[in-house]
Amino acid sequence: MSLRIVVTVKYVPDATGDRHFADDLTVDRDDVDGLLSELDEYAVEQALQISENFDDDVEVTVLTVGPEDAKDALRKALSMGADKAIHVEDDDLHGTDAIGTSLVLAKAIEKAGFDLVVSGMASTDGTGGIVPALVAERLGVPQVTLLSEVSVGDGVVTGRRDGDAATEQLEAQLPALISVTDRSGEARYPSFKGIMAAKKKPLEAWDLSDLDIAADEVGLEGAWTKVEAAAARPARTAGTIVKDEGDGGKQLAAFLAERKFI
Amino acid sequence: MAEVLVYVDHVDGAVRKPTLELLTLARRIGEPVAVALGAGAADTAAALAEHGAVKVLTDDASEYAEYLVVPKVEALQAAYEAVSPAAVLVPSSAEGKEIAARLALRIGSGVITDAVDLEAGDEGPVATQSVFAASFTTKSRVVKGIPVITVKPNSVAVGAAPAAGAVEALAVSFSEMATGTKLTARTPRESTGRPELTEAAIVVSGGRGVNGAENFPIIEALADSLGAAVGASRAAVDAGWYPHTNQVGQTGKSVSPQLYIANGISGAIQHRAGMQTSKTIVAVNKDAEAPIFELVDYGVVGDLFDVVPQLTEEINTRKG
Repeated sequence: MSLRIVVTVKYVPDATGDRHFADDLTVDRDDVDGLLSELDEYAVEQALQISENFDDDVEVTVLTVGPEDAKDALRKALSMGADKAIHVEDDDLHGTDAIGTSLVLAKAIEKAGFDLVVSGMASTDGTGGIVPALVAERLGVPQVTLLSEVSVGDGVVTGRRDGDAATEQLEAQLPALISVTDRSGEARYPSFKGIMAAKKKPLEAWDLSDLDIAADEVGLEGAWTKVEAAAARPARTAGTIVKDEGDGGKQLAAFLAERKFI
Repeated sequence: MAEVLVYVDHVDGAVRKPTLELLTLARRIGEPVAVALGAGAADTAAALAEHGAVKVLTDDASEYAEYLVVPKVEALQAAYEAVSPAAVLVPSSAEGKEIAARLALRIGSGVITDAVDLEAGDEGPVATQSVFAASFTTKSRVVKGIPVITVKPNSVAVGAAPAAGAVEALAVSFSEMATGTKLTARTPRESTGRPELTEAAIVVSGGRGVNGAENFPIIEALADSLGAAVGASRAAVDAGWYPHTNQVGQTGKSVSPQLYIANGISGAIQHRAGMQTSKTIVAVNKDAEAPIFELVDYGVVGDLFDVVPQLTEEINTRKG
């Protein structure tokens, strides 16, 4: 039995850049370099490992929803080893919230066809971590999320979820959606050969009409949440810095006592 | 007065602190109605009543412990349909966010995650979020449906406000979807006796400068002198010196304690994302140029192997 894997990835502003908001209170994507979200690299990696360990044909498709530049994220995933890519791009998508994003992803995943969806644990810009659960809800398939270990075989996905209170072993029938954490295994670097091969791999472009989604279901106007204000956090007032001359620990204790922590 | 649904995070009936914070915030919007699920659900009632719950809806079906997330979504949906609340509040744990998101989609509502504050507004609750590694603060509102909002721990000081807390059984029937992901084994985390990292009032963290797992007891001793939780930077966790469950940062836990003490941590964006909203920040680092010193209220440039044990000893002496 062959296996069709769709990996959802996001193109995000570089966290080490000067991230800020545009005038319409959406994330400014023009002034900061973008890249494949680090947390989605783990998803690509796990999809490739599942593919390598599976004893029948596997097709790994990477899917992103985002502006023109988001193709960079897809190319990175293709150069890591994914087989093909789908880019959903439409001007009406600007300002889409998590609920709207899950709609677009779910429709695109259904159109692509899938046995397993693999997502990262969260994006590094929004950090909400809810899109995988939302996509599973929309697709009506089991959610097997936040896995640090995963394996697929015989129509079943199993994995280990390290929760706050306990470590859980999970199991679900395919088709299913999984999300993987940064503990799932170091993502591979694209090889030179991989980068060259990626240029010849198929990259399809879809817009909202391809997915039968109306413009007012997505975008800033279609969002079910609204950011009303965004302000830079005031700079912290400069603190006291002392050089340890043998009594640094005692001085620090005095500070903590003054602040009533002792 | 409008009712506000509050999802209860508890362990066998012991209510965790973030839920009490939610009750405190819920009272700004309306009358809290708590929803407690699973083993020991009814035992939560006293603590919830003490903090303002007018009603406690409970169901102790075994499905909550046997399947992932979805049974809890369906119970919260049943409570939502029974109560018709003005808002639904859920603790911002990984599971809490998944529950909130799926509920929101089912009831056709917008969802806001990781709020750090919540106030009543003319057009519904306004949530404050801290974004881009806490370099920006946003105010957001749900504009469709009944607001579903998850709130991070340590967002508000818990206030008592005794209310009836009448326990009522919640009738839940599970769909086929609820049993899609089976929990085949569960190993509770071993207790360290220290506070939970995200809930602690004080967090003491160690980074690359700790230079080995064998040196972490120095950090733990300082934490214990203050009754604090222990955190670790990604560098320390990746090196295998401390468990990942204690990682503070972008890909670990995000903490917001009253006091954060960073030891041997340079303060890269990865780490700052997880601790920048701490009220008071203190750092010990050998490198005077380390970016962590840009954030601190008090910093000591020095060797942590000299400074930290001296600090611990001084604290223990002062506490007598």
